[in-house]
Amino acid sequence: MKVVLQGISVWGSGLSGWSHAARVLQGQERWEPAPVQLPSASCLPANERRRSGPLARLALAVADEACTHAGVQAADMRGVFASSNGDGAVVDSILSALSTPEGQVSPTQFHNSVHNAPAGYWTIGHGMLAPAVALGCFDWSFAQGLLKAAAECVVEDAPVLFVAYDLPIPGPIGKVRVSEHSFGCALVLHPHPAPAGLCVLDVSHDPGRVAHDVPACAGLRQLAHANPAAAGLALLQQIASAQAGEVYLASQPGSLRVMVQPC
Amino acid sequence: MKPLAITAGTVLSAIGHGLEATEQALLARRSGLTPCDFAGIRTGFIGRVPDVEKHGLEGVPTGFTCRNNQLADMACMGGGFVQAVQAARAFYGAGRIAVVLGTSTSGILSAEEAYRAVDPISGYPPEGFDQARTQDLFSLPRFLAARLGLEGPLLSVSNACASSSRAFVDARHWLEAGLCDAVVVGGADSLCQMTLRGFASLGLVSPEPTRPCDAGRSGISVGEGAGFALLEREGARPDATVMARWVGYGVSSDGHHMSSPDPQARGAVAAMREALERAGLGAHQIDYINLHGTGTSVNDAMEDHAVQAVFGPEVACSSTKGWTGHTLGASGIIEAMFAVVMMRAGFAPGCLHVTRLDPAFGSRVLTQTVHMPLRRVMSNAFGFGGTNCSLIFEAV
Repeated sequence: MKVVLQGISVWGSGLSGWSHAARVLQGQERWEPAPVQLPSASCLPANERRRSGPLARLALAVADEACTHAGVQAADMRGVFASSNGDGAVVDSILSALSTPEGQVSPTQFHNSVHNAPAGYWTIGHGMLAPAVALGCFDWSFAQGLLKAAAECVVEDAPVLFVAYDLPIPGPIGKVRVSEHSFGCALVLHPHPAPAGLCVLDVSHDPGRVAHDVPACAGLRQLAHANPAAAGLALLQQIASAQAGEVYLASQPGSLRVMVQPC
Repeated sequence: MKPLAITAGTVLSAIGHGLEATEQALLARRSGLTPCDFAGIRTGFIGRVPDVEKHGLEGVPTGFTCRNNQLADMACMGGGFVQAVQAARAFYGAGRIAVVLGTSTSGILSAEEAYRAVDPISGYPPEGFDQARTQDLFSLPRFLAARLGLEGPLLSVSNACASSSRAFVDARHWLEAGLCDAVVVGGADSLCQMTLRGFASLGLVSPEPTRPCDAGRSGISVGEGAGFALLEREGARPDATVMARWVGYGVSSDGHHMSSPDPQARGAVAAMREALERAGLGAHQIDYINLHGTGTSVNDAMEDHAVQAVFGPEVACSSTKGWTGHTLGASGIIEAMFAVVMMRAGFAPGCLHVTRLDPAFGSRVLTQTVHMPLRRVMSNAFGFGGTNCSLIFEAV
């Protein structure tokens, strides 16, 4: 499946938007983990901004930057949102409340616990009717999500916004499902060659081949292993290099092969 | 859209297991709702599947054992579903059959149990808690692929109560993109404290068995269940038996509110209109609409508004939530299988428990069983986050 990458964003620990992240990915700057300072989710009305948590704000930050970068209207984009952990803080808070004798759950936390909450805030923020799907595929959330986004782009013959994001999970679940750092990225995919295209991504899936490329530098390699949404960092690095090449990502089962061809 | 064939299907809910038991319960107007007796909660009624906790999983790693996968496994058994998938696997190859499933909470009951047994010193959950294979959303397709011996790409869709409806759309994208030749589509959602207490906190749980479309409706009854269907291209496998055709879909967002539907119903209207357009059908060519019909005041009013806008007062519609309760992310596949049952047997089941139909409603809501040929059924699902999906099925 060939799709054209029109816009891209990365925000996360030590990565402040695409122009900064691209320098880090190209090795021009060292990656230093640091708390992420996200831009304000200006698309959300004040009361929704107050209700939304850090996970939704991370997803909205990368989604907005990728759309701006691509020069497209957010409201026109079909969305594919992928996250392994979902809102671990909200789920931890609900599970803690349920283990008390009263077992009372907060209504706002309950509606924020649905896996499609960030997608919901995104569609509310832009008052959009375009559909958005929320996927949760554990360590393979980036790869399964990209495979889904590329297929939707080609089959619907329409642009697709792909967003992947994950935060560490607090509490008891976080002891056994260990993720580190915050990381989010977004890709605007178009089914046809477009004037503003960055590169062509040719995505294929091989259920029988086990292969997985990792970033060359040790710090980014650690990030790619520590946060499920960052599992595609080797691909983002290839895109940032503006060179042709191929990248393999672990999928379930097998692997994705993504051929990158700059426009 | 180019229609896809449903070549096998199975369903499990509080009213029974399999298409035959489901048909009997729907025709007998026998509700599966009982007073809530789950995990110490006594609020309202639930659609509970009996003996889920006693069901053992075989042939898969033990770590997968959780209520959600137990329900999924029970749904697979009997009715020839596993055999039909095996026949498709022999024809296409295991790597060419994808598994695309919807769930809103996966095996979160296992996490609820783990939280009550956390080590107070270390903060660790008990050793037996296998988060990846129970609570995690990807547990369900991984389990089912292992159970059925399938090796195509896997996907978990979690769009709240529209999860397993939306899974049909995602399955089609992979199929039409050539990533696979067939898809096991569907989903499961199981009773847990989080949803029972969560809906209660929003004031959305009815103290009595849910009565969608009644003037005095007072909320949902939470249910559980699972269902799966085998989707493939029409005519691709000569030996396949076609149960029904899937001919149209529409997906949309409300862009309005996280937990309350848009009273203007713009998103629901858009989903239904898109489904008709993709199927190349006019509104009058739909014989019956299986409503999302949760029994909450706002959902049913919004949906009536949307159905009127698209179909006027002519097309028969009803909700089956009075039988099963609201099975959340599983409702899409369960009601897709109900549509197959109704088309095969030729009846539309009017809403259960209605004493007085909401006089404000303008669509043609049935409250009694009507025996009539059903050529095409629209099935609606809406969810938190403002996510909408309408599917159209056609009889063969």
